[in-house]
Amino acid sequence: MPSFEQQVADLRDYLLKFARLQLRNEAWAEDAVSEVTLAALAKPQSFENRSQLKTWLVGILKHKVVDALRLHGREVSQTDSSEDNNEDPLDYLGFKADGHFVDPPADWGNPEQQTCSRQFFEVLEVCANQLPAVQGRLFLMREWLELSSEEICKELGLTSTNLYVQLHRARLRLRACLELNWYGKTSKP
Amino acid sequence: MVWKDLKTVIPLRRTCKEASALMVAREDRALSWPDRMALRLHLLACKACPRFERQMLSMQNSMKQWRNYTAPD
Repeated sequence: MPSFEQQVADLRDYLLKFARLQLRNEAWAEDAVSEVTLAALAKPQSFENRSQLKTWLVGILKHKVVDALRLHGREVSQTDSSEDNNEDPLDYLGFKADGHFVDPPADWGNPEQQTCSRQFFEVLEVCANQLPAVQGRLFLMREWLELSSEEICKELGLTSTNLYVQLHRARLRLRACLELNWYGKTSKP
Repeated sequence: MVWKDLKTVIPLRRTCKEASALMVAREDRALSWPDRMALRLHLLACKACPRFERQMLSMQNSMKQWRNYTAPD
């Protein structure tokens, strides 16, 4: 059985994946993960299995990541002019001028019965990572950190209007990416 | 208030595009009462939009599974 130090060190890449996805900044991500390692080593614990250790470390990481987001507040939500195009994100869905669908949305199967596979999560992570940085951060704050819209606005000093616009774009982009790379390939016409 | 009056006070007609925008928005904020009503009515009358609603539910469901997933080694 590897030492606790070794077990934690082995999970560095695993933690970095989440830190990068949420922070979208290599230096911030590295720092956050280093802090997780330090915090974990200061309080060594034994776990029955690796999956419990992972869950514990991800829990610490979430706190460190919130600290980083708070610290870099303005930068976190400052939109690059190249990200802020004027296209209507609803156009990804395809609407006619009268507001009707060009083609009805595809059947993605029963939402209650779907069990996601590891392959699906990989596609999901690639799609989330393809969001423009600000949209990706805000989306992950909602969906990974599970913060409310109010909490996000407070942490980042963001207006709710601005937040909603970014999240709206993020969700529609992610939907389009999933359809293209996953549902479109598996669902039957 | 009877239904006939309500319709004159609050316009409740939404296009599919507007209904879709509301279904995305409600992931992150509470909709106003007229929007909620209008969306519900639209979903009852429309064939296409319930499919979009199911897509949004699928996304909700998969994000939840993703959060709770610890990849086996």
